[in-house]
Amino acid sequence: MTTIKCDIVSAEDAIYSGDVTMVIASGVAGELGIAPRHAPLITRLKPGQVRVHHTDGSEQEFYVSGGILEVQPNLVSVLADTAIRAKDIDEAAAIKAKEEAENLLKDSNKQYDLAKVQADLAKAVAQIQAISRLKKKLKR
Amino acid sequence: MAVGREIVTKIKSVQSTRKVTTALEMVSASKIKKAQDQMETSRPYVRKIKEMINHLAQATPEYKHPFMHDQKADRVGYIIISTDRGLCGGLNAGLFKQTVISMRDWENQGKKIDVVTVGNKATSMFKNSSVNLKANISSLGDNPKLTELIGVVKVMLDAYSAGELSHVYLAYNDFINTMTQAPTVDQLLPLPKGDEAVARDNWDYLYEPDAKEVLDNLMTRYIESLVYQGVLENLASEHAARMVAMKSATDNASDLIKDLQLVYNKARQAAITQEISEIVSGAAAV
Repeated sequence: MTTIKCDIVSAEDAIYSGDVTMVIASGVAGELGIAPRHAPLITRLKPGQVRVHHTDGSEQEFYVSGGILEVQPNLVSVLADTAIRAKDIDEAAAIKAKEEAENLLKDSNKQYDLAKVQADLAKAVAQIQAISRLKKKLKR
Repeated sequence: MAVGREIVTKIKSVQSTRKVTTALEMVSASKIKKAQDQMETSRPYVRKIKEMINHLAQATPEYKHPFMHDQKADRVGYIIISTDRGLCGGLNAGLFKQTVISMRDWENQGKKIDVVTVGNKATSMFKNSSVNLKANISSLGDNPKLTELIGVVKVMLDAYSAGELSHVYLAYNDFINTMTQAPTVDQLLPLPKGDEAVARDNWDYLYEPDAKEVLDNLMTRYIESLVYQGVLENLASEHAARMVAMKSATDNASDLIKDLQLVYNKARQAAITQEISEIVSGAAAV
């Protein structure tokens, strides 16, 4: 039986890799069934299942929250997203990151900077040590 | 006997410091393996995307993605990845030095700098400097997720797409091995020209829905995964640097304890000798 190599990877994880007889996925333009020697193709995936058929006839399912599917004659690669992506969700994340920075800049006067305080403390301790050492020397 | 009371206290305090540094060293040693594994698993994804982009860029010459060509703007963006916590030797300091050198170059050419920071250390370094802090994310922990980075990356990509930035750089510590981490400042955008002059066979993908949309999508994913990769490299570097720093701190503490012990023993011996000689001379006088 002819097989096609299938790799499912995300940026955080290698999810699946192996030889299969068929890959079924839901692209943005509709369901796709990919058999060996399919024409080269790139498509975006909708959030949904990716099913692979093993050579022994069994089936395995993976859930992907979107991504990209690439087909080459002997290889199917699924680049899975790690989370559901939508324009407004991305936008919200960007806004949050911006706000975080703004808050930091606003508070920089009030909120004491831990690293700076630590450095000041270390300096003070060193000074005290130096003074006490000097005192001891003078006593002798 | 009251001899060397201060020395004993000092020895005690150094010993407890040594306990802390030993513990930190062991924690980092156990975490470094996991960080390295994570780094490895994310590599195929980046490689794959890169291949596709190279191919797509050749397949559709009439559509040039903005990330691919140079644009004129008077600002330059930096995404700076640092650790959240200290006690990792000169890891962050080395990276910031490298970054600031690169920034100076641009400033000398009259450009302004925009910065996006990942991690507490970079934030506290750059929030009080002359650069413009646009966005920030910190406390990613030992298991960073790509989703957490989407926001900060998007801030930069949007600014670039809007024509506000002429270049975007990524600064992070490249993990080479446990002993070596290299502070790295890489150009993210515009994408460095690939060496893809190699003539390919005349085949092309079928695109769904179309090449432009797929390419747009791929680009964002690609940059995100590069930044994510940087975060993972930096995390592994952090643990490695901390392990080494804490190892040498532990060694130093041990040396210090040895020296102090010697001083203490000498002082004690001197006191005893003195006491004996006093007794002897006292007895002789009688």
